[in-house]
Amino acid sequence: MIARKRAAHRVTGMAQGGMTENNDPLVRFESVQKSYDGETLVVKDLNLDVARGEFLTMLGPSGSGKTTCLMMLAGFEPATHGEIYLDNSPINNVPPHKRGIGMVFQNYALFPHMSVAENLAFPLEVRKTPKSEIEQRVTKALDMVQLGSFGNRRPAQLSGGQQQRVAVARALVFDPVLVLMDEPLGALDKQLREQMQYEIKHIHENLGVTVVYVTHDQSEALTMSNRVAVFNDGVIQQLAPPDELYERPQNAFVAQFIGENNTLVGDIKEADGDNVTVDVNGSIIKALNVNTGGVGSKTTLSIRPERVAVNPSNEGDYQNVFKATVEELIYLGDHIRTRASVCGDDEFVVKIANASALAAIKEGTEVTFGWKAEDCRALDA
Amino acid sequence: MSEQLTTVDGRPLKAALASAERTKRIRAVLLVMPLFIFIFFSFLYPIALMLYRSVENPLIAQHMPETVAVLENWDGKDIPGEEAFAALAKDLVAARETREIGKVATRLNFETPGLRSVITGSARSAGKWEPPYKEKFLDRRKEWGELATWATIKRLSPTITSVNYLAAVDRQFNVDGEVVMVGEDYRIYVDLFMRTMWMSVVVTVSCLILGFPIAYMLASLPLRHSNLLMILVLLPFWTSLLVRTTSWIVLLQTQGVLNDLMVWVGIIDNAQRIQLIFNAQGTVIAMTQILLPFMVLPLYSVMKTIPPSYLRAAESLGAHRFLAFWRIYVPNTLPGVGAGCLLVFILAIGYYITPALVGGQDGQMISNMIAFHMQKSLNWGLAAALGGILLVGVIMLYWLYNKLVGIDRLKLG
Repeated sequence: MIARKRAAHRVTGMAQGGMTENNDPLVRFESVQKSYDGETLVVKDLNLDVARGEFLTMLGPSGSGKTTCLMMLAGFEPATHGEIYLDNSPINNVPPHKRGIGMVFQNYALFPHMSVAENLAFPLEVRKTPKSEIEQRVTKALDMVQLGSFGNRRPAQLSGGQQQRVAVARALVFDPVLVLMDEPLGALDKQLREQMQYEIKHIHENLGVTVVYVTHDQSEALTMSNRVAVFNDGVIQQLAPPDELYERPQNAFVAQFIGENNTLVGDIKEADGDNVTVDVNGSIIKALNVNTGGVGSKTTLSIRPERVAVNPSNEGDYQNVFKATVEELIYLGDHIRTRASVCGDDEFVVKIANASALAAIKEGTEVTFGWKAEDCRALDA
Repeated sequence: MSEQLTTVDGRPLKAALASAERTKRIRAVLLVMPLFIFIFFSFLYPIALMLYRSVENPLIAQHMPETVAVLENWDGKDIPGEEAFAALAKDLVAARETREIGKVATRLNFETPGLRSVITGSARSAGKWEPPYKEKFLDRRKEWGELATWATIKRLSPTITSVNYLAAVDRQFNVDGEVVMVGEDYRIYVDLFMRTMWMSVVVTVSCLILGFPIAYMLASLPLRHSNLLMILVLLPFWTSLLVRTTSWIVLLQTQGVLNDLMVWVGIIDNAQRIQLIFNAQGTVIAMTQILLPFMVLPLYSVMKTIPPSYLRAAESLGAHRFLAFWRIYVPNTLPGVGAGCLLVFILAIGYYITPALVGGQDGQMISNMIAFHMQKSLNWGLAAALGGILLVGVIMLYWLYNKLVGIDRLKLG
């Protein structure tokens, strides 16, 4: 799924809506810090630009500060230090209702005492939009999320997925330039979640609205985003498009957090520009120098399972070839997850396609693993 | 087509289900039984008894059987003849001998004030009289020559009567058997019902105004602080009702803390101390304080379930804080507001001890009158009728609430 081609990296393509080209970022965090108790920083010196029309995801484990950033942007939490700019004007002192930012909440936050149509009309009513226009825009918004005939229902009469769509429609009905989404799909089951991911993505592409999306689900982030900011411990670990994030993680945390990953810990023996030689439990591995402390320092090697060749016929193509023992096989339909011990590490995982000749492999057999130095990234320890 | 479903061995599915669930059902019944029995004997049965007492009227029929029999054919247009007086004499003598004459006299006196001495006096003399009786009765008390006296006896002769309920709403039968208002000086119950209602409304509204912000604070503060606040709300619950009521006397009396303070500050002159207690105002103040937790708790339990994201969503959609609060938060608290108001109003409308202690003259409520008839005047029938009207009022409130909000949305904590 992750290797899916992503053709939609058109951050600038949003000018197609007839807007004049504007290269200033829509949102800018400038050395923003946030502390709740005055003792620990939840967000540490955040600098982040969000481009117009971009779908930017803040991804990270719980407690990493991503939701706090969103709340500061929405205006529900004041920044302890620093300034947030929306459309080039500082908004630290602008109350939430004047920011004009649409927001989708984790539990949808649909107003239970109002019908679906009344929920959608609410942001227009408080803006004193004329009645006829309200009706027209509510209908349009409901059609957009394929809930045209549900206007008179109460939120409680809708399924989770339908409530979710209403929440999205409500956040968009007043034409905000920016929409924030705080784990909006967290409460849905897996299948519905995937379907909604595409719907939200398509709405984003059609409307050209800027979206800042918060999630802890990496596949969600990779599916929908133009760029992903990986948060950990109050700091953005890496900010990059999904493919780059997966293929070229900058540190061990990102490598671990995004996708499946094999890690081998060792000491750097030699360094020569982009290439390093690492001693892992006595095995010498050639790797790509990405983010290390130089010769003598410890490093974490990151190798994606699908970049490892099993019993390669052309061993010469691989700078690293090692004997491995198959420890465990887990049948997963399209592929067989194979855990093996190699270079003194018995948590090394490779994926063997079900159709290949290797599918008949047995536990306990000895095989050969080969991987290229460029696929083996030497990161911080 | 509807084919009857059966189990694998051919038994009808419904029968199989019933027998499979039987043990469960029996267990449920057994678990509920003690509570049901308790409620029946401590709640339903006494209330039924009380309601029956409000309409039962055995005294006259039992102790004046001859008179009742004669009066059955009386048309009520003229003073009855000798036959009736003879029966009356017989009944009065017999009642005097069985020492029941006091009860009979009291009962008749409830209906027509002044009849007690007529009955007891005539009964004392009647033993010495010889027939014909009519002249002697009329000589003894002129009331025997009035239609009203005989009408009262006739009206009270059935064993089931509505006079208690009529009396409870300041009505009575006149000589012609029509329902009319009682004399100007005797009209107290309707006014008292109205005052009770009005004071209960004031107490309920005061509780709502004071309780809503407290409940909101409780629901929105972090747990550490809200626990402390909750203890403060509940603290009065753990103090004796009597102590709390009397402490209001200390605070509010003319020589009390509040008046002293106002004199000291100079808001009022020493000579113009304000009467804050022993009147309706004092009752309302003390009852509001006592009933406040009954408003706060249901409100709190509802507010706790309203996610803070509702308000945030409304704000993010462009509504000012206050507008968001009014349009989004308040409507969602309505089940709690309804429950709290219903609870406080029902408790207030039957409140006894606080008005009794701090009510003075104009702070008395209907419950104080019920107590008076239970303990002092011993007119239990009227007390029961007053209580019955109160009960009907409360049931109607429940019905109204169910109609407007739905009883299933009632949340008491």
